[in-house]
Amino acid sequence: MTLSAAAVPDAPAAATGSRARRSGRWFSRLGVGGWVAVAVLAAVLLTALLGPLFVTTDPNSVNLSYAYVGPIPGHPLGFDGQGRDLFARLLHGARTALIGPAIVVAVSTVLGAAVALVAAWVGGAVDAVVARVTDAMFAFPGLLLALLAVSLFSPGVVVAAVALSISYTPYTARIVRSAALKERSLPYVAALDVQGFGAGRIVVRHILPNILVTVVAVATLSFGYALIDLAALSFTGLGVQPPQSDWGVMVAEGVTGIIAGYPQESLFAGGLIVVTVGAVNFLGDRIEGASGDPR
Amino acid sequence: MTALLQVEGLRVHLPVEGRPRRVLHDVSFEVAAGEALGVVGESGSGKSMTARAIGRLLPAGARAEGVVRFAGEDVLRLGGQALRRYRSGGVAMIFQDPRAHINPVRSVGDFLTEGLRTHQRLGRADATRRAVELLADVGIEDGAHRMGQYPHELSGGLLQRVMIAAALAAAPRMLLADEPTTALDVTTQSEVMAILDRLRREHGMAMVFITHDLELAGAVCDRTAVMYAGSIVEQNASARLHSHPLHPYTQGLVRARPDIAATTRLVAIPGQPLSAYEAGDGCAFAARCGYRTDPCTTQVPPLRPWGGGWTSCLRVAEIADRLAPGVEEASHG
Repeated sequence: MTLSAAAVPDAPAAATGSRARRSGRWFSRLGVGGWVAVAVLAAVLLTALLGPLFVTTDPNSVNLSYAYVGPIPGHPLGFDGQGRDLFARLLHGARTALIGPAIVVAVSTVLGAAVALVAAWVGGAVDAVVARVTDAMFAFPGLLLALLAVSLFSPGVVVAAVALSISYTPYTARIVRSAALKERSLPYVAALDVQGFGAGRIVVRHILPNILVTVVAVATLSFGYALIDLAALSFTGLGVQPPQSDWGVMVAEGVTGIIAGYPQESLFAGGLIVVTVGAVNFLGDRIEGASGDPR
Repeated sequence: MTALLQVEGLRVHLPVEGRPRRVLHDVSFEVAAGEALGVVGESGSGKSMTARAIGRLLPAGARAEGVVRFAGEDVLRLGGQALRRYRSGGVAMIFQDPRAHINPVRSVGDFLTEGLRTHQRLGRADATRRAVELLADVGIEDGAHRMGQYPHELSGGLLQRVMIAAALAAAPRMLLADEPTTALDVTTQSEVMAILDRLRREHGMAMVFITHDLELAGAVCDRTAVMYAGSIVEQNASARLHSHPLHPYTQGLVRARPDIAATTRLVAIPGQPLSAYEAGDGCAFAARCGYRTDPCTTQVPPLRPWGGGWTSCLRVAEIADRLAPGVEEASHG
């Protein structure tokens, strides 16, 4: 009886501990700012996904008689220099503006993390080669590689996104590799090794989940950079091709409007880029900060 | 009968500041099936390195030479599937700090069932049931509740028992215990030791028990090997080792051991312990030895049979009588 009596006050304490642990996970430590950033990004994403379904105005229908006309009923943001509906173009442009960075993040994260984990696990010469190659690629600006690819093949968002993916991979690989190396040196990994678990299992089931927060942080930050880079490419006319709407394209097309005293198009598109990238970077920083937990 | 584990001429080099340094000099011993061997030594004597070499857990860059044979297999040359089989069913290892050797973000249940499900191909329900049994085996009665907990919610003693349970899950033929009780407080230590000893006997497991506690090794091990500066200096049946040390270092250890009844001052070993890679020509213990003569400082003494045990002391024939406890230590100088 004494034993069970002693065990009773122990039980709720244990339950609290387990709750504390759950609330201690990194995504619940983002703070108010982090969640605001999440909300902004969710809004942008939802707009990109669902917006075009509700706003039926054709973003590409030209009507020169509406050129630079301000907001009128049914057209809340007015029209651009060719009389196209700005609101519709922004909504449709969100899709193209987000798809590119999504491709870049998906490819560079998967590729980079895979390379990094293999290098960190195998170590030795493989790791040295990976480290040196990523360093070397680091010296080569991503935008330059994308420009090269686009001029070699054809201008377009897919070619640009693939080129950027390649140049973002070493960035991801470098950060993930250092996190994986640190994790790999922990005694529990040696203990798993001596339990006879295969390398694949240890890496995928133990190391990767434990450094996932780092991977997520890198992916998030990459998204912001990729969005800017792709917008810049579209601005120079090498990314998304007109007349397809895109935030970067709209900033470029709005330039003539700025001179004519109608800065709305560049302003709205540029503002959306700034807000989205700002939210992404802020969130990435928060995740990165939350990942530095001592466990 | 051939031994389960045979270690012959094991040498390990570790890179220290870029240069390979020898941390194990020619270590040889055998462990029969079901037998417990204690390996005693101070920090840096190479006892953990010996266990790690047997478990193939040497740090990156380490080079091991010699032979480690387990059930006829050449352990140092195992690779891939064979190495995994050796580790999942041949040997199991438990460590000094259980908290560092468990994935901190996986539950106790995950930790225990992973091996059962992977190596023994049990289903989820069977693995869970087996894990609760294993926990009961190591004296954890509320296993089902513990399975849902995380390592940081358990005390060091409980966690070490979980480690032992995980080691037993694989039904290994030999357990490598690397100072499993050093990080625990004394009462927990004796509990964990009792569990370890009982389970080892029940399962007929051999054990290599690494410790710096000569007395503890004597209590749970059939034989004890004493290591100094990367070499085994003496090996004997545990009781014999305490009553009739065959090496001055062992004698020093036995004398330096506190006795609850004694009122005399403890006799310390003079000088500083040597790191394994600092050992040069001659007997590594010579500088601190009260029985030193000139040959001791010039030739590396091999471990050789003497009086039912093994010793590396060159002068054992002359001084064996004076090594037994109770005899005054030879004067220095």
